[in-house]
Amino acid sequence: MIPAAFDYAAPKTVDEALRLIRKHPKAKVMAGGQSLLSLMKLRLATPPLIVDLGRIKRLAYIKETKAGIAIGAMTRHAEIAASPIVRKRLTALAQAADAIGDLQVRNLGTIGGSLAHADPASDYPAAFLALDGVAVVRGARPRKIAATACFTGLFTTSLKPGELITEIQFPVPPAGTRSAYVKMKHPASGFAIVGAAAAVRVGRDGRAQDVRLAFTGAGPHAFRAGAVEGMLRGKTLDEATVRTAMEHAGDGVDLLEDLAADAAYRAQLVRVYGTRAVLTALVV
Amino acid sequence: MAVTRLFGSSIKRREDPRLITGEARFLDDIRLPGLLHAAVLRSPHAHARIRNVDTRKAAKAPGVVGVFTGQDFADLNPLPCAWQAGGVQNNLNTPRALEIDRVTFTGAGVAVVVAESRYAAEDALGLIQVDYEVLPTVVDAEAAVRPGAPQLHPNAPNNICMDWSCGDRDGTEAALRGADVVIRQRLVNQRLIPNPIDMRGAVATYNPASQEFTVWMTSQAPHVMRLLMTAFVFGIPETKLRVISPEIGGAFGTKIYLYPEYCLVAALARKLGRPVKWMEDRKENYVATTHGRDHVTDLEVGATRDGTITALKVKTYANLGGILSTIAPGIPTTLYGRMLSGCYRIPHIHCQVLGVYTNTGMVDAYRGAGRPEATYVVERAVDLVARQLKMDPVDVRRKNFIPPEAFPYDPVGILAGLTYDSGDYDKALNRALEIVDYREFRRQQQEARAQGRYLGIGLSTYVELCGAAPSAWIGLPGQGWGAGLWESANVRVHLTGKVVVTSGSQSHGQGHETTLAQLVADELGVPIDDVIVQHSDTLGTPFGYGSYASRSAAVGAVAVHMSVQKIKEKARRLAAHLLEASEADIVYEDGRAHVKGTPDRAKTIQELALAASVGYTLPKGMEPFFDETSYYDPPNCTFPFGTHVCVVEVAPDTGQVRILRYVAVDDVGRVINPLIVDGQVHGGIAQGVAQALWEGAVYDGNGQLLTGTMSEYTVPKAEFFPRFEVDRTITPSPVNPLGVKGAGETGTIASTPAVVSAVMDALAPFGIRHLDMPLTPRRVWHAIAEQRGEPR
Amino acid sequence: MKVTITTNGVRATHDVEPRLLLVHYLRDVLGLTGTHIGCDTTSCGACTVHLNGLAVKSCTLLTPQADGSEILTVEGLAKNGALHPIQEAFWEEHGLQCGFCTPGMMMTALQIIAQHPRPTDDQIRHGLEGNLCRCTGYQHIVNAVQAAARKMAGQASGGR
Repeated sequence: MIPAAFDYAAPKTVDEALRLIRKHPKAKVMAGGQSLLSLMKLRLATPPLIVDLGRIKRLAYIKETKAGIAIGAMTRHAEIAASPIVRKRLTALAQAADAIGDLQVRNLGTIGGSLAHADPASDYPAAFLALDGVAVVRGARPRKIAATACFTGLFTTSLKPGELITEIQFPVPPAGTRSAYVKMKHPASGFAIVGAAAAVRVGRDGRAQDVRLAFTGAGPHAFRAGAVEGMLRGKTLDEATVRTAMEHAGDGVDLLEDLAADAAYRAQLVRVYGTRAVLTALVV
Repeated sequence: MAVTRLFGSSIKRREDPRLITGEARFLDDIRLPGLLHAAVLRSPHAHARIRNVDTRKAAKAPGVVGVFTGQDFADLNPLPCAWQAGGVQNNLNTPRALEIDRVTFTGAGVAVVVAESRYAAEDALGLIQVDYEVLPTVVDAEAAVRPGAPQLHPNAPNNICMDWSCGDRDGTEAALRGADVVIRQRLVNQRLIPNPIDMRGAVATYNPASQEFTVWMTSQAPHVMRLLMTAFVFGIPETKLRVISPEIGGAFGTKIYLYPEYCLVAALARKLGRPVKWMEDRKENYVATTHGRDHVTDLEVGATRDGTITALKVKTYANLGGILSTIAPGIPTTLYGRMLSGCYRIPHIHCQVLGVYTNTGMVDAYRGAGRPEATYVVERAVDLVARQLKMDPVDVRRKNFIPPEAFPYDPVGILAGLTYDSGDYDKALNRALEIVDYREFRRQQQEARAQGRYLGIGLSTYVELCGAAPSAWIGLPGQGWGAGLWESANVRVHLTGKVVVTSGSQSHGQGHETTLAQLVADELGVPIDDVIVQHSDTLGTPFGYGSYASRSAAVGAVAVHMSVQKIKEKARRLAAHLLEASEADIVYEDGRAHVKGTPDRAKTIQELALAASVGYTLPKGMEPFFDETSYYDPPNCTFPFGTHVCVVEVAPDTGQVRILRYVAVDDVGRVINPLIVDGQVHGGIAQGVAQALWEGAVYDGNGQLLTGTMSEYTVPKAEFFPRFEVDRTITPSPVNPLGVKGAGETGTIASTPAVVSAVMDALAPFGIRHLDMPLTPRRVWHAIAEQRGEPR
Repeated sequence: MKVTITTNGVRATHDVEPRLLLVHYLRDVLGLTGTHIGCDTTSCGACTVHLNGLAVKSCTLLTPQADGSEILTVEGLAKNGALHPIQEAFWEEHGLQCGFCTPGMMMTALQIIAQHPRPTDDQIRHGLEGNLCRCTGYQHIVNAVQAAARKMAGQASGGR
């Protein structure tokens, strides 16, 4: 399997990259290439130009600021999974990063590439949503896309032509917030048949002050389970309560159907993994 | 025979240095000056007429040397079918180098591009325009034989290739009528995609002056490939083709066969006057390399109330795919139906098999080949009897075992004249139960159930057939095999005392270069480093039928052993001459021929080899040189057996199955290299477990393979398995002088039913007695939810 | 386009098509055929090499992406005719049968050992999730990685 021929550019700056993709609307941006190259080898993607962001060294970093944690778009999964800051403050994100593909893929794949690719079964989006992330975007005008506004359909995001994700930001979670990501892996591809990320904050009274819960792999794109969050807020998060609320986790979602899971089974996995995510977050 | 140092010892493999350093040469590693690269255009339709193929644009693409269609190779015959179902009409349809007017499965080759590079060849594939008339499809074997189904081949009405049976139909039906209980169950043995990590390929050169081909190909049977290509496809003398199997990265049956592409590259090399390579990619491997299994079986088993099985009746639809692979009809007949007695004394057995064409990829032998399917049927039957009668499955097995004193055992004639050679089934069962602590497990299982945890234990007590086979039995008069099945070996001791062994067997991971050298070094009494084993090249090795069906030890190694015995005998005669002693007084041991009772009056094998090589002083009538060839045609197959036990936990909320323990006690007869046999057993278990839990090819109604890449079809990973607990009993085979039985397939054959049995045991509290494989979380959860009456 | 890559310590510059996969650069341009191709979908790991010290799948990397990098392949493991401990361990523990997946297995295993100098069975099995073997059932591979880790720990502490 050989990709079709293409032109190749490896800009050294974001500005240069933006100029290239503006000039060549059919160009494909490559970050780590771990999804794109497989598609190209199968000739499911035949872009005339590859704009490789791999030489923009300034896009790979993990920084803790007062406002939160900022992760450069070209930061590799393995770096995110191993980062002490991310593991401590954004546990669900570190766990999602560690659950992607395999060791080799995690050494090359990037968070910006993964979010922009928006595979409905990829791991990051659930954590990105549950941790209230924001994608910093450069294009005609710099702008920010909140996680909840990012994913719009199968392999589609609200990124516009000519735009690039340059950074992912997360607010510093309020003290006491804990998070977790759990998934059922597809046995062959390793993608999430269903993945669930939860971020919970429990008050001194033992009641949940905040619950954010998001799923990936379940529907055409990752989503927050607003109904469940509302039901759990203010409650003591024992297993029965969480389980009961989770009956509504898939409300309004057009659940995916494939060989690994039909809609009924996915609905069950949403209940089970949603419950596990919340309960795991409590003990992280 | 003498029990010596190397036989039975786990020495390091001699193949490994080249493999761990990257120096081994697999097919794709072959580089020749002027090498061209071929890429095959494959039909995207599962059933279509080819109206026209327009190659003009592709021919003009950069780097392209030529573009060809089926018409360009119309002078080549279709590939032969070398194993027909014995004793019945076989409606044969086999592939051509490229199909000319019709395709019957997605992936059939319709055109080829030859270019200066693989990159250029693949680029040009997209420029070929094929005008297809798409025809209706059928992918399910049972549906294919129903009236009104799309017809694939004019010579196969109702898509039936063959209707074969064995056993006693009337007796079996009468016994079923008289049984206390009769259990009926439909069993689906799903289609598997073998997935050796190295794919298929071929490189061909042609010398116009001598009109000789040399073809490197990924083959488990190079001599057979030469025979089939020359005598059947090309119509040229066998001597005009040399076949070489380079290093082969796994095969599992898929590389036994003659494939269209191997003929194609040879024809291209002749046409273009330059060497041509074709190397399969994984996407092609999924559609164009053979698949395995794919049976739908209706089982009826009768028993008395005390658990004695009285009759087994089996009807199987065997899906053979859109066109026949080389030995496809033999697998679901001889290797399946004839093994349906398992390790049990079953007085009445009948089996009918319909071999059916459907619009799917070719199906042929895959590791175990027929025997896994048979073992699955028998072991499920025994478990179903136990469940129905509320008996312990161990007790039902014991009650029906063929006892040790009954060997050689004839399973009521269904083996068509062969008998099980030797066995002690209870011994292996007891050892396995002891390792797993069966009673203690049953106690823990009860405890766990009280806590809402679902543990299960499953057994598979199996017997299988190895070392195929007596030629007179398996050949055309009996089982339909198109030739013989003996094996050959040549052993030479050179002037320097170094030993060269050439074998007609072929090694693709089994370690023949080590195990055959172990045998020879022991028997001749020479250092193993003085022995070299050569195979896989038709130039310089004696004709052999190749490696499959776990036959290299039980047949191939015996031929080596026989040649060594001949050399020892000649060495004794020469020693008697040189030592001026009577031949009867010469003993050969530990590499020396000496006068009985006078160990100092001796000649070493090295001295004798030198004497034999130079030929200065030979006994009257003795030819110079130690060079002996043997052809071994065994009087019987060998029948390894054993017990595998699997312990699982099923999570009822997700349907996930976790393997907690896996215990295997195999009896493969005497063992040449225990470490190598352990490796064979481990690998076999992994493949068999994977069938039970994860693997399965899925076609849609249009004949499109939905599991067409490694991201969709589950090849199991390291983390899916626990550490296997492997042990052995040793019951030497009386069939051959080495006492070996064969170890290549036991793991695959035994493990699948053990896992299914364990999961069904875990699901027993839900009232579930059988689910078809693979037991994916989705399938298990649905079954539980259905039994619980939960909304789904 | 021109790329300069240091492979097994040897620096070389070549003119390549941008689409040339790194695995084809190694196999076809440099003739290092020890790195194998087993799939099209970044699944099997047979093509695993080290890129600047990290295990990557060379079939899912364009050669230009590796411009300026250091690559280590199976051919670079043995030094001066002495096998690397990972090679010795695979040999001694019968960690291979057909040997096709072995170079990739060893390259991944080296990173596992780098991360977990005394790895557990579970760490090894999980670490190898991107490497498929169809022959061994993985058990002897796990043993080999354990043995290699012991050898390498012994070497690191100066003993053997």
